[in-house]
Amino acid sequence: MTEETNTPTRNDGHWRDTLRLLVTCLAIWFTVSYLFGIILVDVLNQVRIGGYPLGFWFAQQGSIYVFIFLVFCYASRMNKIDRHHDVHEQ
Amino acid sequence: MDLQTLTYLVVGATFALYIGIAIWARAQSTGDFYVAGGNVHPIANGMATAADWMSAASFISMAGLIAFNGYGASVFLMGWTGGYVLLAMLLAPYLRKFGKYTVPEFIGERYYSDTARIIAVICLILASVTYVIGQMKGIGVAFSRFLETDYDTGLYVGMAIVFFYAVLGGMKGITYTQIAQYVILIFAYTVPAVFISLHLTGNPLPQLGLGDRLLSDGTYVLDKLDQLLTDLGFAQYTTQRMGNDLNMFFYTLTLMIGTAGLPHVIMRFFTVPTVKDARISAGWALVFIAALYTVAPAVGGMARLNLTNTVQVGPVGDPSGNLNYSERPEWFKKWETTGLLKFEDKNGDGRIQYYNDKNPEFAKKAEQWGWKGSELKVDRDIMVLANPEIAGLPNWVIALVVAGGLAAALSTAAGLLLAIASAVSHDLLKGIFFKDMSERAELRASRIAMSLAVLGAGYLGLNPPDFAAGTVAIAFGLAAASLFPALIMGVFFKHINREGAMWGMIAGMTVTLLYVFQHKGIMFIPGTSFLGDMSPNWFFGISPNAFGAVGAIVNFVVAFLVTKYTSPTPVHIQDLVDDIRIPKGSSSVVKGAH
Repeated sequence: MTEETNTPTRNDGHWRDTLRLLVTCLAIWFTVSYLFGIILVDVLNQVRIGGYPLGFWFAQQGSIYVFIFLVFCYASRMNKIDRHHDVHEQ
Repeated sequence: MDLQTLTYLVVGATFALYIGIAIWARAQSTGDFYVAGGNVHPIANGMATAADWMSAASFISMAGLIAFNGYGASVFLMGWTGGYVLLAMLLAPYLRKFGKYTVPEFIGERYYSDTARIIAVICLILASVTYVIGQMKGIGVAFSRFLETDYDTGLYVGMAIVFFYAVLGGMKGITYTQIAQYVILIFAYTVPAVFISLHLTGNPLPQLGLGDRLLSDGTYVLDKLDQLLTDLGFAQYTTQRMGNDLNMFFYTLTLMIGTAGLPHVIMRFFTVPTVKDARISAGWALVFIAALYTVAPAVGGMARLNLTNTVQVGPVGDPSGNLNYSERPEWFKKWETTGLLKFEDKNGDGRIQYYNDKNPEFAKKAEQWGWKGSELKVDRDIMVLANPEIAGLPNWVIALVVAGGLAAALSTAAGLLLAIASAVSHDLLKGIFFKDMSERAELRASRIAMSLAVLGAGYLGLNPPDFAAGTVAIAFGLAAASLFPALIMGVFFKHINREGAMWGMIAGMTVTLLYVFQHKGIMFIPGTSFLGDMSPNWFFGISPNAFGAVGAIVNFVVAFLVTKYTSPTPVHIQDLVDDIRIPKGSSSVVKGAH
């Protein structure tokens, strides 16, 4: 994420932390769905959990659970970031 | 009590509930009408969003898609849930902070241009109208089949119900009705699934049942499915693809960014009180959606297993291995009368052979057994509705499934109609043509706009375009290619200017529309467009339904290039973007807009 800002404002730190959190979350989002669920699915299918081949499980179950976990983690981390930089709602 | 009376009772009771809620929560102000006064609790909003989101396609069609596409249908599961991650992180909190009523309003203000706002309205209407046609059709089909009327009457009844509670209640009525609709649809979806999972595996959780062993012979459900299907010449359930891997990738991406760009979904996050609530509300929406989406693979897989086992009762190739047509079960006969399940005795032996006759190797083997082509045609949309009957569940469960399917179709149609009405009344009339319109006049205009939208959607539902099955995909492709990039750049790329955004939206929308129309025109196969054969003409093997993501990439590239050669974003707009990025100073939507 690039942007052109000539004058640094006092919220730059907040935005930098926000983007860092975003990149981490989206990396996990990409890994569980596109990487595990599509690109590496045949490799992961060699492993099984119960009756599920692992790649198939990520594509039809696992990725969805991780998505939920991600959104709640993101929401709670963002609240901390907002507070830390004192830009939270009153 | 017989099934018909029971269905009338259950469906009638749910409708009385929806209308009662609409009267209780009717909209008094434009704020009530567009964003439910901006004070819906995040969990309630999450539930309403889930009902808004899960349409007849999710409720009725998805399990059937999974049943017949196996692993390939994962694109729908990941695509329609992963979009909420994008929504929660990239859009919902920022658009809530912006604090206005509609998506075009944001685009118009961020890109300081009424023209940009009009382009956004056009994209919104194109995406929403194509989507709503499919819903109206779903409503018509569901009503007609279970109230035993013809399709047109079914559609009129559905239109009247939507008209009543959406026009009267606006977003406020719709939100509270959708909460009730969510409860009904999720109950209706999971109860049969739990019964079937218990029956097959002894595991009450369908999500675990699909990975468990069968009670009958101790093999895993998925292994059994793989083996049964390959024995009949079908692709292996757990590995079959939809197109090539690149198509799977783009299909998933298109559905994800389409989800995050669909205006009726985004609008829902304007209804919560704070930015913090907007983030968490997307999480709750995903929880409620996942309750259905993690059950769907079990419903699909087990339905396929049950169906195959019903027909293939013994060893493959042995004459006695195939079900004698005269011994077919009751549900089979019932669905035959609808024409959605068809048997044709091609080799005249009185038994049902159901196998993959498109597989040349297997067809050769089948010929030696005296099989002359697959004799069973199954419409994949019947899987969810027929499932409780196949599993022999009591009548009240079947009546409940009908009510659930109607709840899913009605809630989505209402949300879409509201998005269309607000684009017309708030963005076009109040925002551009009559800027000094009073609130009372605007509220009246939005009710009239919504009434016209109901009538228009009903008319299109009576005469659906020939490519009806592909219309939902077009809606996603359009939202993905036009609105999503403009919104993302509006928040994350401060330097993208008016010209960049406008040409980006136009380019993305044009590329996607041309590609979709071109191929839907060429390979004109109604009802099978989701599963159409790979065409050598497709761009790198990407199907038209999966093309929205390519349109989005075009949108981004054009926007960056055009921005480079035109005048920069004004300073006060850059300040606006800075302000959107922090929660501090967020205001109540209702106050903020006037």
